[in-house]
Amino acid sequence: MHTIHTPSRRHLLKSLSAGFGYMAFSGISAQANNPMAPRQSHFPARAKRVIFACMRGGPSHVDTFDYKPALSRDNGKTTAQSRNRKLMESPWCFSQHGQSGLWISELFPHLAKHADNLCVLNGMYADVPSHPECFLQLHTGSFQFVRPSMGAWVSYGLGTENENLPGFITISPPNRVGGAQNYGSAFLPAFYQGTRIGNFGQSLKDVSIDNLKNTGLSRSQQRKQLDLVQHMNHDLQQRREHNQQIEGVIESYELAFRMQSAVPEVMNIDNEDPKTLADYGIGDQATDNFGRQCLLARRYAEAGVRFIEITHANWDQHGSLRAKLESNCTAVDQPLAALLRDLKQRGMLEDTLVVWGGEFGRTPHVKKEDGRDHNSSGFTFWMAGGGVKGGMTHGATDEHGISAVEGRVHFHDLHATILHLLGLDHERLTYNYAGRDFRLTDVYGHVIRDIMA
Amino acid sequence: MIRRNPSVTAFVYLTAGWLFSLTTGWSEEIPPNQLAFFEKHVRPLLANHCYSCHSDDASSLKANLRLDTSEGILNGGNSGPAIIPRKPNESLIIQVVTGSHADLKKMPPKMPLTKTEVSLLRKWITMGAPDPRTTKLAQTEVQSSIDYEAGRTFWAFQAPKRSQPEVKDKKWARTAIDRYVLAGLEGIKARPVRDARPATLLRRAYYDLTGLPPTPEQMKTFVEDERPDAFARVVDELLASPQFGERWGRHWMDVARYAESTGMERNFTYPTAWRYRDYVIKSLNEDKPFNQFVREQIAGDLLPAKNAELESEQLVATAFLAMGPKSLNERNKEIFNMDIVDEQIDVTTRAFMGLTVSCARCHDHKFDPISQMDYYSMAGFFTSTKTHYGTGGGNGNRQVSTLIPLSTNDPSKQEAIAAHKQQMKKLQSDLAKAQKIAKSKRPNDQNVIDVWMEKRDEAREQVTLMQKRLKNLRGKKVPKLDQTMGVSDHAAPKDTHFRMRGDVAQRGPVARRGFLPVISKNPFPAIPEKQSGRIELANWIASEDNPLTARVTANRVWKHLFGEGIVRTVDNFGKTGERPSNSALLDYLATRLVEQKWSIKSMVREIMLSRTYQLSSEYEDELYHSDPDNRLFGRMHHRRLDAEAIRDTILFVSGQLDLRPGKGSVLQEIGNTNIGQNTRIQAELRSGPNKKRAVYQPVVRNLAPDFMKTFDFAESSIIVGRRDITTVPTQALLLMNSKAINNHAGRLAERILKEADDRSERLKRAFNLTLCREPHSAEREQFFAFMNEISDDELEQWTLACQTLFASAEFRYLE
Repeated sequence: MHTIHTPSRRHLLKSLSAGFGYMAFSGISAQANNPMAPRQSHFPARAKRVIFACMRGGPSHVDTFDYKPALSRDNGKTTAQSRNRKLMESPWCFSQHGQSGLWISELFPHLAKHADNLCVLNGMYADVPSHPECFLQLHTGSFQFVRPSMGAWVSYGLGTENENLPGFITISPPNRVGGAQNYGSAFLPAFYQGTRIGNFGQSLKDVSIDNLKNTGLSRSQQRKQLDLVQHMNHDLQQRREHNQQIEGVIESYELAFRMQSAVPEVMNIDNEDPKTLADYGIGDQATDNFGRQCLLARRYAEAGVRFIEITHANWDQHGSLRAKLESNCTAVDQPLAALLRDLKQRGMLEDTLVVWGGEFGRTPHVKKEDGRDHNSSGFTFWMAGGGVKGGMTHGATDEHGISAVEGRVHFHDLHATILHLLGLDHERLTYNYAGRDFRLTDVYGHVIRDIMA
Repeated sequence: MIRRNPSVTAFVYLTAGWLFSLTTGWSEEIPPNQLAFFEKHVRPLLANHCYSCHSDDASSLKANLRLDTSEGILNGGNSGPAIIPRKPNESLIIQVVTGSHADLKKMPPKMPLTKTEVSLLRKWITMGAPDPRTTKLAQTEVQSSIDYEAGRTFWAFQAPKRSQPEVKDKKWARTAIDRYVLAGLEGIKARPVRDARPATLLRRAYYDLTGLPPTPEQMKTFVEDERPDAFARVVDELLASPQFGERWGRHWMDVARYAESTGMERNFTYPTAWRYRDYVIKSLNEDKPFNQFVREQIAGDLLPAKNAELESEQLVATAFLAMGPKSLNERNKEIFNMDIVDEQIDVTTRAFMGLTVSCARCHDHKFDPISQMDYYSMAGFFTSTKTHYGTGGGNGNRQVSTLIPLSTNDPSKQEAIAAHKQQMKKLQSDLAKAQKIAKSKRPNDQNVIDVWMEKRDEAREQVTLMQKRLKNLRGKKVPKLDQTMGVSDHAAPKDTHFRMRGDVAQRGPVARRGFLPVISKNPFPAIPEKQSGRIELANWIASEDNPLTARVTANRVWKHLFGEGIVRTVDNFGKTGERPSNSALLDYLATRLVEQKWSIKSMVREIMLSRTYQLSSEYEDELYHSDPDNRLFGRMHHRRLDAEAIRDTILFVSGQLDLRPGKGSVLQEIGNTNIGQNTRIQAELRSGPNKKRAVYQPVVRNLAPDFMKTFDFAESSIIVGRRDITTVPTQALLLMNSKAINNHAGRLAERILKEADDRSERLKRAFNLTLCREPHSAEREQFFAFMNEISDDELEQWTLACQTLFASAEFRYLE
């Protein structure tokens, strides 16, 4: 990063420790602590940050991480739950991997090499088999009410490790199924909302945070303009002693200026080893986009962002399951494996929690000969790193993969567990709004203790 | 909150059993697995498919049959018992749902049950139809430990009392308000700061009343005006300007969570929502008494109206109740309805009274003396109300709704509509007659057959002709009645049931419609038959005997003029809210508001003419140490402008702002659609489409324009009486780097190049327009040095200078 020497620099450094508090909400004057500064967790954290790989559309669990031999046995039969639908065995083979012998389908050959790092949650369930509801519930805990996103809760709970970057970043989020509500801060201060990088479907090669770049001025010209703004601001501050708000504005400009170089530095992957790029599948058409997302996720994690969400879509295979699920898996398998390996090599997997999953799973029944329907009563998530045991499965669906029957995990439980790994007690992480304390998990949520390493 | 998982529902029911201390009835004897089966499969099935016609909630009970109680289903209706336990084949309900009954129509008429559902029903009957829904349940007392008498001693529930403030300094105060403020300050041995300079005061007043700065000419006139009432004249002039309603209307729209789409998982547009926006602006400009404003928004559809125009206006007002976020993809109609009701309770009680009644949906309020029963007493007003939000079906919308037609004053329109209707009716009936003849049976009698044939052929010709005419008539352009969102009374209004733990399916006793006992000891007025009671509710809320409404309203007005309320938690006057920092002042304002017939303009005027409002915002050591948060208003708060004021000022000073009122909304042209799926429109909305004032820009949930969002625009899905004020780097990035801001700066540069001749004059002009002051000499030098260095092009130099002014802290702060 550039070192900037300006007349205001010394003053800034001096006021830095006490000053940031005034930035975020001058209105709540009693709470004059820095909203960006790292905050103490409730108990020692296992993970410092989260990378959430969100698979929009609902990936089929019985074809990926939930091995169901009975499904092959009963292929073509109907079940009690659905008399007019026939079961369809997975078109893909499963085999055991790693020392743990985790069952993974042939759709994930790369990820399978990290079997001993994966903690597979096979007993996931949600409330209704409908995309928008489940997608919102996955992100905010509620589809009935407008609530802050889990990323917003995390950055509210923990602050950020790097004051030059936002605490919560979402890369290429979808604009449907609830849109910005999925990374919004609702009643939490707007500061904690997710910073969007690019829109869904936009090529990641040329996106960044909005307004980050000044297209008209060079950096030194811009500094001159900024100096003039800051002259005025300092002048005003002198006239108005003890004005915390003006101090906040002054600092926001310096921070913005630093962000202008900090963010492109993270976004710029040119200085990565070509081998690393190849590992992530960058340059290969099938894996390029999600490879970039994964690599950026690692870079943001490294730079100190607390919650990074990346998105891949569309996993909604009502038809063309064979072709489309396969191409989806190809698109994410190698990049995700590269992400895990990369984090491991850098010693970051220990304190980075990687979470993979979508809003629900799919029925083991066939639709239109080559498709599967929505299934919210049983599906799969997996986690890796960040204090969870590897090479294990937790929970199970019934023999055909229709409903979660053992070790059931609702989104509320998932949220409670993620917060727990970050050192936050989901019952104590509250925000007072409209006269009462709100939580991410509302009145629900159980921490899954069995999976803690 | 309500969890959908059926097994959880069953669990809730089981644990709730003790609450109701059942001693008789089924549930004691029902084995848990059977009870679970009923709760999981049968209750939802009956509720979803049958209750709309066969329950206590049915708008008109069909066939005298109730399927929502054990007795009802066993005793049956007009055709006898609906079930015979253990004998599914002999049970009427099975015969009817399968369509195998000889006489009775297949049920439900529109959506027949699936085979699975029928088999579940059979299985249940085979079990012996275990049913926990005895009416005994409904008669059991619900227990609540709330002590209303004790609750009434809380400050907010006591009537405001006017007191006479004692002040030592007899000279400082100019108005009654000043005496209350001074008494408060003297109580902590503090003194107010000095008065603001005239220029500061004028800028403050312009922004507070119009959301725009004074022009340099207006500034000059005021500063030179030495008449003692110069400021009062300005205040009166601004209060009378149309910009007042636009500014203050927006304040109310924050509270009313105004938006033009449903938000949530599907985002359907509300193409007529803008009528409510216009209504709010008009009401404030006309200085409609606030109690009337309250009544219209809760019960405008039920209020008498002198003419069609007023009637329409009052109907539009009720959009207040219809505008909340909605989960249109919800499958369960009852959950959907009760969520709307919950949102209506929330907005009604919080917006007008600062009370969080909706906290009592699932249990008694944890902090305030509001029982869960009180919640369902209020719910009855809204379950007796039909909400019209006008979103069509399809595209993931399972909850279709209509709009309300507005009557019109235009006689030619009325005539045209009536004439068209008449023509259609006549033609249709003629056509039906002709068709009957054309299709009549050939007579057997050979004697009449010729006549019959002649008649038939003639009729056939007529049918063809009339069908053609009918087609033409249908295609004819007829003026349509305007429509609005809003509410109307339900066909069969009545009390609703208490719901255990807030679960819509778990009914307890009937909760009589009424108002919160903690606020009113008097019995709620009798609600006439066939009415929702909303008008009684509205009158009660808008009454001067309500200890909260006037206080909450006066406090909101104060907040907008000082930056903070006397109670800073403006939407929460309950126990978890803040206590007033100066209760004598708040009570004075509340009683004064009522005294002045709830006139908002009078209240604003009185506050602005106080010496307190006209104080400087500058720091003074002594006062700062005795009152660091300025809770007692010994100085003016230093305030940041809101998103609208910043945006509008940038457009205004650069000569681009179109001050004419906005007409309708882009959303009206787009029509009713799921905007969550339309990326083109999304991009357009994000960029902030037009040059009208910000208040006229479409407000689409989850799609607030980037600029507005960056400067803390109110989250339109929730009630916002007090916006967050954040200072974050994204604001700096936007002002320094956005192309739009650079373009606006360019327009301002062009303007000053045209309006002033030399460099110094131009800079003076730029400062006067943006900051309402002239540059001092050091600033002049800094600006010129910067301009010389940065570019050789004059326009570019000025563009960057103007952008610097937009970016300065002073531009967005109000002293």
